[in-house]
Amino acid sequence: MDDFILQFFGINKSFFGVKVLKNVNIEIRRGHVVGLIGENGAGKSTLMNILGGVVPFDSGKLLLDGQEYAPRNPAEAAQAGIAFIHQELNLFNNLSIAENFFISGFPKWGKTPLIDRKRIRLAAQEFLAQVDLNISPDMTVEKLSPGERQLVEVAKALSQDARIIIFDEPTTSLTARETERLFGIIERLKSAGKTIIYISHILRDVLRLADEIVVLRDGEVVKTGPKRAFNIQTMISSMVGRYLGTLYPERTSRPTDEMALEVRHLSKAGIVHDITFSLYKGEILGVFGLMGSGRSELAHILFGLDTHDSGEILVEGNPRNHRTPRKSIQQNMAFVTENRREEGLLMTATVAENMGLVALPRYATPLGGVLRQSLLAESIRNTVSSLRVKVNDAFQNQAKGLSGGNQQKVVLGKWLMNNPSILIVDEPTRGVDVGAKYEIYSIINEIAAKGAAVLFISSEIEELIGVCDRILVMGVGEILGQFSRAEFNRERILQTAFREGGK
Amino acid sequence: MRIQTNHRWLLFVLRNISLLLFVFIFVAFSLFNERFASLRNFENIILASADVGIVAIGMTFVLLTGGIDLSVGATMYITGAIVALMLEDGWGVAAAIPCGILAGTLWGCFNALLISRVRIIPFMVTLGTLTAGRGLGLLITESRHISVPNEMRFGAVRVFDLVPIPVLVFALMVLVAVVILKYTPFGRQIYAMGNDVEAAKKAGLDTTRLTAAVYIISGFCAAVASVISISQVGSVSASFGRGIEFQAIAASVLGGTSLFGGVGNVFPGTVIGILLIQMIQNGLIFMRVDLYLQEMVKALVILFAVFVDAQRMGLIKRLERRNIRLEKRIARPAEAKKLEWTAWQ
Repeated sequence: MDDFILQFFGINKSFFGVKVLKNVNIEIRRGHVVGLIGENGAGKSTLMNILGGVVPFDSGKLLLDGQEYAPRNPAEAAQAGIAFIHQELNLFNNLSIAENFFISGFPKWGKTPLIDRKRIRLAAQEFLAQVDLNISPDMTVEKLSPGERQLVEVAKALSQDARIIIFDEPTTSLTARETERLFGIIERLKSAGKTIIYISHILRDVLRLADEIVVLRDGEVVKTGPKRAFNIQTMISSMVGRYLGTLYPERTSRPTDEMALEVRHLSKAGIVHDITFSLYKGEILGVFGLMGSGRSELAHILFGLDTHDSGEILVEGNPRNHRTPRKSIQQNMAFVTENRREEGLLMTATVAENMGLVALPRYATPLGGVLRQSLLAESIRNTVSSLRVKVNDAFQNQAKGLSGGNQQKVVLGKWLMNNPSILIVDEPTRGVDVGAKYEIYSIINEIAAKGAAVLFISSEIEELIGVCDRILVMGVGEILGQFSRAEFNRERILQTAFREGGK
Repeated sequence: MRIQTNHRWLLFVLRNISLLLFVFIFVAFSLFNERFASLRNFENIILASADVGIVAIGMTFVLLTGGIDLSVGATMYITGAIVALMLEDGWGVAAAIPCGILAGTLWGCFNALLISRVRIIPFMVTLGTLTAGRGLGLLITESRHISVPNEMRFGAVRVFDLVPIPVLVFALMVLVAVVILKYTPFGRQIYAMGNDVEAAKKAGLDTTRLTAAVYIISGFCAAVASVISISQVGSVSASFGRGIEFQAIAASVLGGTSLFGGVGNVFPGTVIGILLIQMIQNGLIFMRVDLYLQEMVKALVILFAVFVDAQRMGLIKRLERRNIRLEKRIARPAEAKKLEWTAWQ
């Protein structure tokens, strides 16, 4: 007899007449790890929000341990033993770890109204030990690294006696090492009898962790089964509903031999050391490196967000060493940051406002600097449609309402409206679903075909191999190797990154 | 531990800017006038801090939630007017003071209701109750200048011949505030809410109740401050309590309370802030600075404090982000290789 902890029977949910979940049936076994995958907008979040008591469902039945379960608010879900670890963590940065654990119900010190500090400290210590965190429970959360915060959030879930723990994209802000640590903890939770629901766009992680995999598409469960019934290719094809023969668009153009950007012996103490490379017009140059390899820091220096100690930067043959973002923009450089939520977008501004931001001066009258609204609106409309940004009304909807992929298109659009001749993209497909990834690659391809030079920074070798003309490998702030398209080889690139290869 | 050496000092300075400013200004004034650094003058500064200080305690509660209370001066005036009128009518001090404090607290309740239930933004609500409260005070006193009988003028009375009553009340209120903020669930939940309202709601905190509570506390503090102020000044005039909100907010912010909520404390923070402001005022008198110019200098210092607050928050954030990166960067390649290898296994 199967021991199901959670059963969804014919769950339906509509928002404003739009069906987002259609007759969803899922059964989850106790003590298993279930991978939940699907494109953005497939209904994963809605399904989990129902479970977490954030939204109610319209019809159907939800059984928790065989009992009917319909949480009316997050507190009820927490009481039922369901913990939701969101992509954006819900910790209070200004409080200590122990205080975070007990914020909604502090134990009192005897009959006084005071908090029993000793008790919360001891309890917190115990739960921190369960996730292998050897830090003081009195430490304020703001002093922790993203990885540590994630583990604190897991410990918090344990402190609230959670039986089902939902992870929503937990690894996006973690280093490889931290990710590994988290996976170890997840395995341990599983063997302690906890049930895990793991949501991620990183399919190989899902394949590695999950016992069963559930695929959602357009609000329906399209495929479900044990892990062995899946591989990366079948996961993708069931997610997007068609067989994606190629994950990457064909490179249609060739690089020219005209230099767009040249960097000579660039160094900054403690950050990068002796960086030399050239970037040609029409070229997509990949930069591969793990977190902490100096790849993002290099991009920051090139765009003028940080300074350098020595070396030269030449833009179209002219030395341009004193860089500021403003000058970079004037030199037609564009920079898509790896951190689109915090640095790339004004989340509460509309899509149109975000798009117009960089190119604004181009739409001002030469005298007086009055904005030519209709002209700007026209080109925003053109960009939205040419990038296929899925938004109802670009002039009304806020950026934060968009899916990750569409947000990234808005960031790209913002820079494209300025017709860049050098485009630096840092992890442009992080947290973006498979379909939108393809579209982003196509957009970058088109930009290169028009003669712009692209510096494509990524920690995913596959996408660099799929998209780039040439790949530089970075590690510990240095360029460790260079590969042209003919030499592309996953193993060798990785070996170079770890300095196991020829060097 | 993960703070890089050359930033450690900068972070230390930024975090303790008010204390350093306090020492710096004290030394500067002392060099200028030898009588400034006397015990007697220091006592004057503390005495002058008591009423504004008590207002600033309540203000700190409000600021910690990310709100603001501009109506504290008006609340003081309402309380003062009621106390003075009752004493004028022949009521005793024992009746007048509780009634006055009750009236001020009710005015705070009115703020609380509009902000937490009707959900109008604090700035507009308290700007409204500031104007309305002043009007109410003027109405009931007919804008008269009312002197209070001697039994109300206990501001100079010393308990056990040592501590003046205003200073004792101030100290007691600081103590209670510190205990509430640091050691009770209510206090910690105020900090949590100030850090992230949405997360607080998700954690099941009653944010409506918490929001209401801080404005009631602020009203109560302003009312107590009013009584203390009357006991020292001996009268209530039409300008009673005017402009106090500016000083109270400035004291909190100078003491490290962030206007964005979630950061700050009453002791040492707000207490240092208010002593600093009073010390500047006192020092300017010693230096015989023009009376009108004094207001401008004071305002400049306060604006500087807010500027520092904004800079500090941004800078601390930037420095610490950098630090996290640098911690992850591994300086020795051999070790880096080993670590990254194990990560990929």
